Amino acid sequence: MPREARSLRVQAIVLKHSDFGEADRLLTVYTRELGKLRAIAKGARKPRSRKGGHVEPFSDVSLQLAKGSSLYIVSQAEVKETHSILSENLVALSYASYVVELLDKFTYDEDVNPGLFRLLRDTLGRLASDADAQMVVRYYELRLLDLLGFRPELQQCLICEKRIQPEDQYFSIQKGGVLCPECGRHEPGADPISMQALKYLRHFQRSAYDEAARASLPESVKVELETLMDHYLTYLLERSLNSPRFLRQVRRDAQQAD
Amino acid sequence: MLIPAPIQRLIDAFSRLPGVGPKTASRLTFYLLRAENDLAPELSQALAELRAGTAVCERCFNITVAGHQLCPICASDERQSALICVVEEPLDVIALERTGGYKGLYHVLGGALSPIEGIGPEDLKIAELVQRLQGGGVEEIIVATNPSMEGDATAMYLQQQIAPLGLRLTRLARGLPMGGDLEYADQNTLLRAIAGRQNMD
Repeated sequence: MPREARSLRVQAIVLKHSDFGEADRLLTVYTRELGKLRAIAKGARKPRSRKGGHVEPFSDVSLQLAKGSSLYIVSQAEVKETHSILSENLVALSYASYVVELLDKFTYDEDVNPGLFRLLRDTLGRLASDADAQMVVRYYELRLLDLLGFRPELQQCLICEKRIQPEDQYFSIQKGGVLCPECGRHEPGADPISMQALKYLRHFQRSAYDEAARASLPESVKVELETLMDHYLTYLLERSLNSPRFLRQVRRDAQQAD
Repeated sequence: MLIPAPIQRLIDAFSRLPGVGPKTASRLTFYLLRAENDLAPELSQALAELRAGTAVCERCFNITVAGHQLCPICASDERQSALICVVEEPLDVIALERTGGYKGLYHVLGGALSPIEGIGPEDLKIAELVQRLQGGGVEEIIVATNPSMEGDATAMYLQQQIAPLGLRLTRLARGLPMGGDLEYADQNTLLRAIAGRQNMD
């Protein structure tokens, strides 16, 4: 029987950190090789630590891990990309926190999904560039749902199975997709969705990012999609997320400051 | 019942402390049970006085001895009242005081913003800080939050809130630590060290 390697090298994105023990940090990371896992970075809170600056949230890092009795232990860390812009722009930082929290709440420890790793890495990179953050995040949500097996049905009515016509429809979070106006009207819990909003959702669902990014969403559609996705994701997770509330507050305060 | 209730109660209480697991909690408990006579009473007295004997400074929210409205730093005439250093925790005040090189006042936020943990501006003493600054008499605010994602988020939020007041706002320098090794520094720190280089005169 092959023995499990005691020391391994992984590519990881740091999701979050918390203080642990005297001067250590407990990291939650999403790795390409092992999925999500928790690892202790010993001494990372000391100013002279060789790891501290390499394991901040959102960083893309290369980690050398040793398997401890219950948790992994970080023996070396080398950051590839810190996305330093995210520590200079509070709104971008809040969006990045949302991206990371969503992934954290949707995944289980050591469930390997390299596609998800790439999506997370690319999404954080896009947020650190000057792309429209709301667009980046909506695209991320739809891809995340695809990769996790929650792809919403957007092409045909979930009840009568007729193809969706170009008109305002209904969206049922319980059923996970669109309903035509006929069926939607009688379905409890189904909310109206505008033709425009649905058009962008379908566009994001089938397009590569570069193509999706060329769309410019009207402000009303952005608001509608944000509310819809928030309801849908909260329903799937069966618990609420922390970062959207923070994001809304930061955006409001930023507008007031202008 | 394998363990008598009084012992189990103490074990449960210990294991709620940060960094203490069930094994450590039982070891501490059984140590106290067998330790010399004065240790357990001393400990219980210290615990009882911990909350009753301390209070929060009304101005800077640092911890102070009960019965005083202001902490010794805020009450002192020797400190420069036009300078306020904003920190996350009371322990940060102690670290800065140990340097002996800072003569201004403090403001303790009681933590840092964390979007993921859901710690928002209303959970910290930020509105109190802005109110304090609006009271006048302050020329400079030094933001001394930790150089971490949460500390950065807090610093940016403070900047947003304080900028309209037109006061001088600074942040502690970030660069290479004493005794550190250049080759082990992360890019972010190195970039800041280069940007913040100083004349050697």
